[in-house]
Amino acid sequence: MTWLSIIVAGILTYFTRMTMIALIDREMLGDKIKSVLEYVPSAVFPAIIFPAIFINDYGSFVEINDPKIFGAIVAVFVGYFSKNIIATILSGLISYWFLIFVITN
Amino acid sequence: MLSKKQLFIKGMIDISPHMLSVIPFGIICGAIGVELGFNPYLVYAMSFIIFGGASQIVFLQLLSGGASSLVAVTSVGIINSRHLLYGAVLSEYLEKLSFIKKLLISYFVVDQGFAESNKFFKKNKNEQNLHYHLIGTGCTMWVFWQISTLSGIILGSFVPEELGLKFAIPLTFIAIVVQDLKKMDHVIIMITCGLSSLLFFDAPFKSYIIISPVIALFVASLILRLKK
Repeated sequence: MTWLSIIVAGILTYFTRMTMIALIDREMLGDKIKSVLEYVPSAVFPAIIFPAIFINDYGSFVEINDPKIFGAIVAVFVGYFSKNIIATILSGLISYWFLIFVITN
Repeated sequence: MLSKKQLFIKGMIDISPHMLSVIPFGIICGAIGVELGFNPYLVYAMSFIIFGGASQIVFLQLLSGGASSLVAVTSVGIINSRHLLYGAVLSEYLEKLSFIKKLLISYFVVDQGFAESNKFFKKNKNEQNLHYHLIGTGCTMWVFWQISTLSGIILGSFVPEELGLKFAIPLTFIAIVVQDLKKMDHVIIMITCGLSSLLFFDAPFKSYIIISPVIALFVASLILRLKK
């Protein structure tokens, strides 16, 4: 049963990837929709970023002084000025570790 | 004009920094699946059949928590429905490909690959064979995802949980959108999406992940109307 659900979930996921690329003719989208699509990265990724920072494993909001908030702020600044993905990720992680391992212990 | 091989390699290079977050996340995903008591072959098969990071964990967590398969499958479908938006954006650059090639390339569309290839496409609209860049980002993600989930399954959670490496995931996406903070319209749209995701976090089937982009894109259409 679990195997069957995985296969169905896989087919469903594949369809989410394939539908707009292979089945929908681009001409069917109006100019208005095409210009709105320019914003897709900015409109989608914060839905992954915000809950991962502000909501804990138990589904409730974190405290305002949570190390993840601090780490994220550092990452935004470093990323903005360095334009470097590795620097962004590492600066966020290191400042987060600094808070949980050095400050709070 | 870049050759197909050069485009493919450029794609691999552009996505590689994200492996810093993909590898630990893959290990965690694999390890969690086994810890929840699932057959290791089944846990690995998901990386191959679904190939969709967070949705794989959610699927197993729901099933082990006693949810029905219908609920678990629906949740995977809803979480991954954001790919429809990626596909709509990418279709501009993949239009000329044959139907078969479109079907094959679709399997490799993932968050970070879409983000990096889309950035490259926007800057290089005149290049031929742009899709090789997308194949480069997608294949790199695929290989690292298979290896990292497999290592998590075999070796267990050898990454100490105290390190909180799950936190690398939001950081990877911060790195993707951070340069757009220069533009006011993008800032408004990001904040709209982020706040909506917190507001709708408890909506059924993890649907916040598609509800908030839809709200944000609606705001984007209003902004475009105001700009004119």
